[in-house]
Amino acid sequence: MAQQAESAELKAPKGLRGIVADWSSDETAFKVSWSKAMMWIFLLSDTFVFGSFLIGYMSVRMSTSEPWPNTAEVFALSLGGDPIPLLLIAIMTFILISSSGTMAIAVNYAYQGNKKMVFILMMLTCLFGLSFVGMQMFEWSKLLLDEGLRPWGFIPGSHFEGDAAQFGSIFFMVTGFHGLHVSIGVIYLAIVAFRARQGRYEKKGNYQIVEIAGLYWHFVDLVWVFIFAFFYLW
Amino acid sequence: MSSQAHQVHPLSFYIKVWVMLFVLSTLSYFVDYFHVQDYLKWFLITVFGFMKAGLIVTYFMHVRFERLGLVYAILLPPLLLLTLIGILAVEGDYTLWIREVFFGAGGAATGGGH
Repeated sequence: MAQQAESAELKAPKGLRGIVADWSSDETAFKVSWSKAMMWIFLLSDTFVFGSFLIGYMSVRMSTSEPWPNTAEVFALSLGGDPIPLLLIAIMTFILISSSGTMAIAVNYAYQGNKKMVFILMMLTCLFGLSFVGMQMFEWSKLLLDEGLRPWGFIPGSHFEGDAAQFGSIFFMVTGFHGLHVSIGVIYLAIVAFRARQGRYEKKGNYQIVEIAGLYWHFVDLVWVFIFAFFYLW
Repeated sequence: MSSQAHQVHPLSFYIKVWVMLFVLSTLSYFVDYFHVQDYLKWFLITVFGFMKAGLIVTYFMHVRFERLGLVYAILLPPLLLLTLIGILAVEGDYTLWIREVFFGAGGAATGGGH
């Protein structure tokens, strides 16, 4: 037994090659492939990042003695007539949910090995994601250029008052970090979609990477659920 | 590589979850739109939010079809955040109290001022 362990140790490469071999050795935990387990562990750590952001926001909201800006008015959107409260945010929410739906169906087609449908549905997911980021850019530029909100405060004379300085810092930090996740997700999904179309996963006979990319995308949607509830609606 | 997670569902399964997410989002939007106030508002928003999160994690992320060991490894650690919520709630409460005492917001001014 001891000899066997020894010979296994001798066979493993040393130095930098050893590090790479040890970290990429296809070891599995939880009876799922290592790549899926790793994605879950990453998402768990990301949960703590966004959790800390939102809890920090909670602390600020609880401790402010100044009035907090009314998000229903700040994020109202006018379609010709009277401004409709939170309209843009509601549309963004529906878009992100829809993108999660198309992604889930893409994963379902991946299990069946249907690379054409995987490609189409993942590209549709990317399009939803891009339009989400586009609307966020629109919202940011409206707040920055037209309404004078800044990540560190607000321009005097704008219609912001009260505790808009902390409002601005939390808004730009939380939505910025989330928007970054969406943008990275769009690139990630596009790469996987094109590789699926090329037949790379078909050749390997393993479409699991589509499922793993899907986990990331659903997580981005999940985070938005909490931002929508606690930042925009609260 | 073969886990039970590779169940193929009919398309209607995903559409159902999708529709439920749409309905819950619309309901939480209406909470704001119709100016539901204070505790009822916060309660409804939180309930709808967690229901949506539950649907996404359970069905879209397939946690329902994973092995229990992985499910616990994913879902239990975030409960630690409750500790952080507790600590910062106490701290936030205290900060507000200090601010009201020294900056006199809310009418009950006792010295200080801006």
